[in-house]
Amino acid sequence: MELVEAIILSVLAASTPLLIAATGELVTERSGVLNLGVEGMMIVGAACGFAGAWLTGSIFIGALFGMVAGTLMSLIFALMALGLAVNQVATGLALTIFGIGLSGLIGAGFVGERITPAAHLAIPGLTEIPLIGRVLFGEDAFVYFSIVLIIGVWWFLYRTRAGLILRACGDNHVSAHALGYPVLRIRTFAVMFGGACAGLAGAYLPLAYTPFFIPGMTAGRGWIALALVVFASWRPGRLVVGAYLFGAVTILQLHAQGWGVGIPSQFMSALPYLATVIVLVLLSRARTGGSTAPAALGTVFVPDR
Amino acid sequence: MPAYQRMLDPTPNGLHSGESPLLSTVGLTKRYGDFLANDSINIDIWPKEIHALLGENGAGKSTLVKAIYGLIQPSAGEILWRGTPIVLSGPSEARSRGIGMVFQHFSLFDNLTVAENVALGLDGKESFRDMSARLEQVSKTYGLPLDPRREVWQLSVGERQRIEIVRALMQDPKFLILDEPTAVLTPQEADQLFLVLERLKAEGRAILYISHKLEEVKRLCDTATILRGGRKIQTCNPRLETAASLARMMVGGEIREVKSAASRQTTIPRLVVNDLSLTPEEAHGVRLQHISFELKGGEILGIAGVAGNGQDELFAALSGERLSKDPGTVVIEGIAAGHLSITKRRKLGAAFVPEERLGHGTAPRMKLSENALLTGHAASGMVSHGFIDTAATLETVDRATETFDVRKAKRDPEAASLSGGNLQKFIVGREILRNPAVLVVSQPTWGVDAGAAAVIRQALLDLATAGAAVLVTSQDLDELVEIADRIAVMFHGRLSEPLATRDATREKLGLLMGGSSLEPKEAAHAVGA
Repeated sequence: MELVEAIILSVLAASTPLLIAATGELVTERSGVLNLGVEGMMIVGAACGFAGAWLTGSIFIGALFGMVAGTLMSLIFALMALGLAVNQVATGLALTIFGIGLSGLIGAGFVGERITPAAHLAIPGLTEIPLIGRVLFGEDAFVYFSIVLIIGVWWFLYRTRAGLILRACGDNHVSAHALGYPVLRIRTFAVMFGGACAGLAGAYLPLAYTPFFIPGMTAGRGWIALALVVFASWRPGRLVVGAYLFGAVTILQLHAQGWGVGIPSQFMSALPYLATVIVLVLLSRARTGGSTAPAALGTVFVPDR
Repeated sequence: MPAYQRMLDPTPNGLHSGESPLLSTVGLTKRYGDFLANDSINIDIWPKEIHALLGENGAGKSTLVKAIYGLIQPSAGEILWRGTPIVLSGPSEARSRGIGMVFQHFSLFDNLTVAENVALGLDGKESFRDMSARLEQVSKTYGLPLDPRREVWQLSVGERQRIEIVRALMQDPKFLILDEPTAVLTPQEADQLFLVLERLKAEGRAILYISHKLEEVKRLCDTATILRGGRKIQTCNPRLETAASLARMMVGGEIREVKSAASRQTTIPRLVVNDLSLTPEEAHGVRLQHISFELKGGEILGIAGVAGNGQDELFAALSGERLSKDPGTVVIEGIAAGHLSITKRRKLGAAFVPEERLGHGTAPRMKLSENALLTGHAASGMVSHGFIDTAATLETVDRATETFDVRKAKRDPEAASLSGGNLQKFIVGREILRNPAVLVVSQPTWGVDAGAAAVIRQALLDLATAGAAVLVTSQDLDELVEIADRIAVMFHGRLSEPLATRDATREKLGLLMGGSSLEPKEAAHAVGA
């Protein structure tokens, strides 16, 4: 029992940054922009988030620092890929490489420092329930926020007019422009939202996951978040399932090593990507028409004026 | 232009004395770099008027309507709405003033539902539910049935256009712009549309109607403004003009009449299709069912039909993009070729011109010479020992340019930089210069201006006269009647018996295109329904 609860808790903790980062990227991609810089925005978010929390002693301000840092990083991307219509893939990759270097620079002075990690919820009577108590009522604020976030995004995309317009930009930017929607402005907001989410997801790592900062601590989670969006076929509901599944795989990998199961850890690390490839194949086999990906994803748009 | 001259501008039907026009442009100019897309254009549109805007591709029609719809800002001149100058910051402002637009290349979102598409064209002041209810009501009132919950990719071209029209109508526009609305419709569907437009006119709205089809303009429109090279040539009453005189104003000279050789020798069958049936590759493709026909050398067979009835699938089966298990279903020059690849079919003497110019007919970002190589590599000596003979590819480009009057900025530009008509002339020319025994061509003049269309049709006729078998798929019935010897109609993946062109009336073809049979009883039934 104890072990099962511990595993569920660690899966939740491992899944949360994936879910937050992927939620942001989902919105970005739904607007038609492919930002491959998630890993870079996350790692800068992690460094700035830790710096903010260490300097002020507040986890909340640390999280804000992370979000602002991620947003600023995404604005670099927006300036290049939207403002100057540079190739999105190249810009995103460059952003990641830049972010990894920048975070090392920002975080250099903080390596070896410790902070008090984010507090966990404690409701007397509820949190002590065996097995589910701590899972449901004993998490940190990031976990609850990630759930609110994805529900909010679902509601935004499918229940609001602004969400409809955002999806329209991702489906056909020429038509959206012809109807008078400011495609580039909408996309800039979507990219910024993605950056804020990635920054927050990065900040989660030193603020809640481990109470210290080490360079390169995102360890490829940004790439998994990108794969996750594809895995979820750009749908918020599937994104939740995918995030916890991918989180579980990373935890399973640790436990498998501990138990001495004879599966190479490299294979386990590759599982999320393998799963994404399989899902892509299944999706295209099962496709009945239309497109699962936003039709304008990754394409450059220059309005004629 | 001085004011007195503007006052002399004729109001051809003379009905507007005392009123002011609903919309006018005064000296409207749009400049792109050195290029004048619109050169001080004055145009008046009155309430209760269907005003045609005529001109060849590149004449400046699109630029003008984009400016009127607020999509682009004019470089000079102004737009008057009910006599007062307005500046339109964007389409939503145009819409809020009562200007609606139905685009030629539909501005629809394939992966969104009909209702969502309509909602995107509105200002969003009403709830989605109210909007859906109003959508159903408007579509019923005007006889334009639509299912609001279906996604656009599932719909036919005609249905997609209905969405555009309903979307525009839901804003209750005083002034509606339609850009080539009948290009994709059957004659019956077009008649339906005309009824809607007449009704809108009777309701006091004004319509600006862009079209290439002069007969249609003469039938429907009260006024016509002709543009050429960015300038206004004339405003006239199209009912007092002939199609030929309108065409002269558009082109600025005589259009070559397409001339058929008095009699052509039809000889041996060069393309035979025997009981061809194919299940579609895509879930929403059309199943080809028992298609059989025989095409002799020197003959042009036309295939009519509403888009999406299996024409694309038939083209793929003939060109070898889809292979058939039974080699005997497609016979080219007496050789069973149903199982052969595209290249092998080309080597047998067949040539293919698909409907889509950019992306199917040519690789848009590649040069013309490279595009010539792409279809000519197997049978035209442009490759020796695996190396490209650049001189030979360039020579092909030059020959196509010269023979078919392809106009381009430099000797060997990217395919995407050519206008539609010039690129189509190049593609058809590229294939014809290979002297094919069989030419299969799909929508040869879709979206092509009158001058280029005449060149292409003449080339097809000449090719047939020279003894080749030509199969033309087109949605333009006038085109098929002009050049084909026999016309068959595709409906739901089946091909009707070909009719000799002299027997193929628009009514008969229209019935076949709607899926009715020509058997006397059933035809009567179809008319009754």
